[in-house]
Amino acid sequence: MKDSLIFRRLVISGILGWIALFGAIPVLLLTGVSFLQRHPSDLIEAVFSMESYARLSDPAIGSMLFKSIMMATMATLLCLLIGYPFAYIVARANKCHARTMLLFVMIPFWTNTLIRTYALVAVLKADGFLNTALIFLGIIDAPLKIMYTQTAVFIGLIYTLLPFMVLPLYAAIEKLDHRLLEASRDLGASRWTTFKKITIPLTMPGIVSGCMLVFLPALGMFYIPDILGGARTMFLGNFVRDQFLIARDLPMGAASSIAMTSLMGIMLLIYYRNLRRSGRTVRL
Amino acid sequence: MNKFIKAAYAGLVYIFLYLPLVVMAAYSFNASKYSLSWKGFTFKWYGILLSNTALLDAAIHSLTIAITSATVACLIGTLAAFMLQQYRFKGRKAVFGSLFIMMMTPDIVIGISLLVMFLAAGMALGFWTLLMAHVTLCVPFVAATVYSRFRGFDNSIIEAAKDLGASEYQVFRHIVLPMAMPGLIAGWLLSFTLSLDDVIISFFTTGPTYEVLPLRIYSMVRLGIKPDVNALSVLMIIITVVAVTMSRRLLKEKK
Repeated sequence: MKDSLIFRRLVISGILGWIALFGAIPVLLLTGVSFLQRHPSDLIEAVFSMESYARLSDPAIGSMLFKSIMMATMATLLCLLIGYPFAYIVARANKCHARTMLLFVMIPFWTNTLIRTYALVAVLKADGFLNTALIFLGIIDAPLKIMYTQTAVFIGLIYTLLPFMVLPLYAAIEKLDHRLLEASRDLGASRWTTFKKITIPLTMPGIVSGCMLVFLPALGMFYIPDILGGARTMFLGNFVRDQFLIARDLPMGAASSIAMTSLMGIMLLIYYRNLRRSGRTVRL
Repeated sequence: MNKFIKAAYAGLVYIFLYLPLVVMAAYSFNASKYSLSWKGFTFKWYGILLSNTALLDAAIHSLTIAITSATVACLIGTLAAFMLQQYRFKGRKAVFGSLFIMMMTPDIVIGISLLVMFLAAGMALGFWTLLMAHVTLCVPFVAATVYSRFRGFDNSIIEAAKDLGASEYQVFRHIVLPMAMPGLIAGWLLSFTLSLDDVIISFFTTGPTYEVLPLRIYSMVRLGIKPDVNALSVLMIIITVVAVTMSRRLLKEKK
């Protein structure tokens, strides 16, 4: 009996210790650093200061933040718009087809996003596949300038993150009880009403996790603006990286990333609160 | 008609997802170095890869990290899932919560917060810091995969074993572990791919002494299209496809 207790205690304290060391402490340290001041030679100085947070409202930084959030939001919405009908088609296809269709979403999902971003260059560049094909078909005369613009970054975000939207949506739609939709139609609801009142609320958990899986990386993936947007495009991810590795302003980098994640955290908290209040259970 | 629209729509999405990959794969066999035009089929770029020692070193580093971190993450993740399934203790809900938060935390935040911790501890960035970072990335995913496997468990088997005098460790070793095995292997493959695919966390947590493949590719890619990078990318995609299909098969078989 004593052996069992020791094993049990060992496992619990080990896991709790691991979570504390690698889950909690780094984030606490990061939060701590965001309230300190930068020091020219020692990186940080142990003086409490809100300066980094105050600087978030600087016109230059503020507009960069606004641009990043807008870009990420638009990419998320477009992924949802493209991904929802697609996930619906996959989920409603017959079992055998659905399995193959799903596999072909999994492959890009698991392929290195850096490699997929790089693959896009050959399609988008001035003498790339897209321009060559469009000129060949006579649709355009001169090559479109897409590469090294914000449009390229936008296309890149949607291209790399679409599978991250489709998979959670598929999981939610697949679980949807078809009888509920039939019942709704039998009781006289139109297709649109059924979709709005039954399908969307029931697949909401999938929509939320899909949006999270797209929105958060869209803010952080600094290599997409780097590769597709050229040198001058600055988004939150690049900004944080530059603060850490080039400007060596750790408090600023910490503050901007913490402000962003807490914003997301609050949004999620509100969502789950509302969900609990409306009586539906969520499985994390 | 309806069916046709559905098929066409799905087809368009697949073209969007695969066209760049197909174009890249085609380029990797193109004899011409710069232009789009087809100058004949060649394996030249794959040959060049094999003679690039810096690249091969980075590839070996990547595989070493992926295999080690997947193994360590499986160990910790399985114990965590076992603990959540078997034990009732104070803070159990908090463990669920923190694992969920760790899973949802953006890579860039994981990367910089670990970097701050390593800097504070005065650790040199290299193999060990990278390993710890990748384990941190993978554990929540393993725990979730294995835990979902546990949910279908018949608890009476465990109780029977205990009644017959098995210790907690014996229960874990001889009953829980074998039953969780497919989930565990799937979790391992998942971690392996996660680690191999990661760019952002590696970017912050490794140093010049231990360069990994995605970072090497990153510094090459910034200089534009290169046929040998195409070839390398194709090889990495193949590794990913093999790992994904294997883990899917494993999860499906035992259902």
